[in-house]
Amino acid sequence: MNPILIAVIVLGAIGLIAALVLYVCSKRFAVVEDPRIAQVNALLPGANCGGCGFAGCGGMADALVKGADKGSIEGLNCPVGGADVMGQVANLLGMAIANGEPKVAVVRCNGTCEYRPHVTEYAGLRTCAAMHATGAGETLCGYGCLGCGDCVDACQFGAIHINEATGLPEVDEEKCTACGACAKACPRNIIELRKKGPKGRRVYVSCMNKDKGAVSMKACKVSCIGCGKCARECKFEAITIGHNLSYIDPNKCRLCRKCVEACPTKAIQAVNFPTPPPVPNEGAKVLNSNSLNPLNSPKK
Amino acid sequence: MTTKTFRIGGIHPEENKLTHESPTQVAPLPKQAIFPLSQHIGAPALPVVQKGDKVKVGTKIADAGGFVSAPIFSSVSGTVEKIDTAIDATGYRKPCIIINVEGDDWEETIDRSDKLELVKDHPELTPEKIITCIKDAGIVGMGGACFPTFIKLTPPPTLKAECVIINAVECEPYITADYRLMMEHADEILVGLELLMKGAKVTKGYIGIETNKPAAISLLTEKVAAMLNLQSSMFNVQVVPLKQRYPQGGEKQLVDAVVQRQVPAPPAIPVSVGAIVQNVGTAFAVYQAVMKHKPLFERYTTVTGKRLSKPGNYLVRMGTPMQDLIDLCGGMPEGDNKLLAGGPMMGKALTSTEVPICKGTNSVTILSGDEARRKEPQPCIRCAKCVGACPMGLEPYLLAKLSEVKNWERAEQEEIVSCIECGSCQFTCPAHRPLLDNIRQGKATVMGIIRVRATKGNKS
Repeated sequence: MNPILIAVIVLGAIGLIAALVLYVCSKRFAVVEDPRIAQVNALLPGANCGGCGFAGCGGMADALVKGADKGSIEGLNCPVGGADVMGQVANLLGMAIANGEPKVAVVRCNGTCEYRPHVTEYAGLRTCAAMHATGAGETLCGYGCLGCGDCVDACQFGAIHINEATGLPEVDEEKCTACGACAKACPRNIIELRKKGPKGRRVYVSCMNKDKGAVSMKACKVSCIGCGKCARECKFEAITIGHNLSYIDPNKCRLCRKCVEACPTKAIQAVNFPTPPPVPNEGAKVLNSNSLNPLNSPKK
Repeated sequence: MTTKTFRIGGIHPEENKLTHESPTQVAPLPKQAIFPLSQHIGAPALPVVQKGDKVKVGTKIADAGGFVSAPIFSSVSGTVEKIDTAIDATGYRKPCIIINVEGDDWEETIDRSDKLELVKDHPELTPEKIITCIKDAGIVGMGGACFPTFIKLTPPPTLKAECVIINAVECEPYITADYRLMMEHADEILVGLELLMKGAKVTKGYIGIETNKPAAISLLTEKVAAMLNLQSSMFNVQVVPLKQRYPQGGEKQLVDAVVQRQVPAPPAIPVSVGAIVQNVGTAFAVYQAVMKHKPLFERYTTVTGKRLSKPGNYLVRMGTPMQDLIDLCGGMPEGDNKLLAGGPMMGKALTSTEVPICKGTNSVTILSGDEARRKEPQPCIRCAKCVGACPMGLEPYLLAKLSEVKNWERAEQEEIVSCIECGSCQFTCPAHRPLLDNIRQGKATVMGIIRVRATKGNKS
């Protein structure tokens, strides 16, 4: 016989047998994966930032589909994708969208170099974690920002940087995905994920100092002294005072800014509010968000 | 005979024992004494006095807050001003009791005579009684770690103590408080050691002293011989001269140097190999507590620094602010200074001179800014000097890197928790790398992970 023919027949036969085995195997041992997992995964941003609490987007997709099968995807939220992505996912899975309130990282410390003077020099490893472990840091405030930028290193989106003039971190609201990596990295728990608020407007206490008023004022001129004036001023019971520190509940706050006016140390911040037209009376106190915000005060 | 020392690693920093020959002076009473509630390892003490209460010297002002804890006694007589917060050695404001000093009125129960009480004259002192006495007097390890002494003397039933080793090494540069104590109260220390031995139910005692203190070695050897003649009972104590090497005063290093036994990695402790290590200061405090009914409220402290005009050794009432002692020594030198509670190797840098002397403050050290300032770190050149210097046989360059990149799993495998934070690696590093800074971070994190795992394991 023609050797070429033999080769063709033998190879053909091997191919046929192999194809048969493969076919049987693929039917017999098929792993059925919900096609929706791949679809959901495709909708997620793919940043694998871990902001949702899972190791990556794959884990989140899996959890979303499992949640949909059980009837609810409540509590699952992709902070990076935000309401858009969660809406699309909810559509795909036929679920009602539960959470869509966008959040943003908020730095709760006002202690710029000007308001919170440095009293000692720290010579050790320049990370916040190391500095926090060795003592109060270079200022007298044991609760305030250490300024070494552990939060900056933690941010995968380049949304946070240290302002050289103030020594404090600043969050870029456009880039911040509220993944919470900075909040976790901060050894003093200064960064909070807060509701972004309508048009980005929000009011918060920009201080974490739990010392008594006299002590905290000694360390920093713009610290919360826990006097409670803001709480008395608030008509919506949004403000609570605990451990000499005021806290504004973002869910109750109606952004009236009465507390901002009442605060004697200007520890309460109101951001992204429009600047009112200049008050004609020069002597009157100008109460706009910028004059109260030491971060926005004009550079001297 | 060659002098003994521990097997691996170690360094020899410049001694700078400026105050070796200055006899101890009694520091004057402070105007106001501050007693932090956490001046020992374990749970903070719980105050038992209130604002306005009158206290005497030796009155209990706070009770132990748990099993691993210690009561605190007033070192002064006066009125409790308030229970508030003040900056302590951690650098943070912590709860404390503040007492305004009025006169110097002692509790009547305290025997203030100098008469030496011997153990053989007190047959009523059973081991249990001794330990209760130590516990009730608030005695903690006075070398700086401040671990409650009574716990060390009562090891878990699976372990058996064989000897008590008195840590009189004082390998830390600058500090001379233990040396002065030995020179001035050798008899009391020996009786204290005997009490510790009786309490721990062991028959063998050692006193480890470095050879840079020849006078203390000869004095204690003499006193041990005299004590043997004096006591009819067995007094099996040996003074062991040790070669100078830092960190010989570390428990594990001292056990290795004195009895040539190696303490395994944590959770093993010295008593796992049969040794109980106690500081000389602790032995003295035990003597005073058991024989003189005097709780722990004063201690020997060195106030030192090259630029201080009059450095010295002081018998200080606890709660005295460091500023008072610095003033006694001629005031804070001009320019930048680094203030340390402890010596330059293991001491804790402080941010305030108002920090009070606590149970564990063996020294107030003031370095000039130039001495203290670090050099610019350079890249690691893989010389392995840190590996050679590590007394625990670890690889500091690796542990530092693992901590930096947050590889906790690998750091745990590499025994980061065995690190005793002596700083030999950083001292020896020719590239001035912040090795210990990083390792400390890693060690704390890994220990946290291990604790969480243990509690989870217990629950399931």
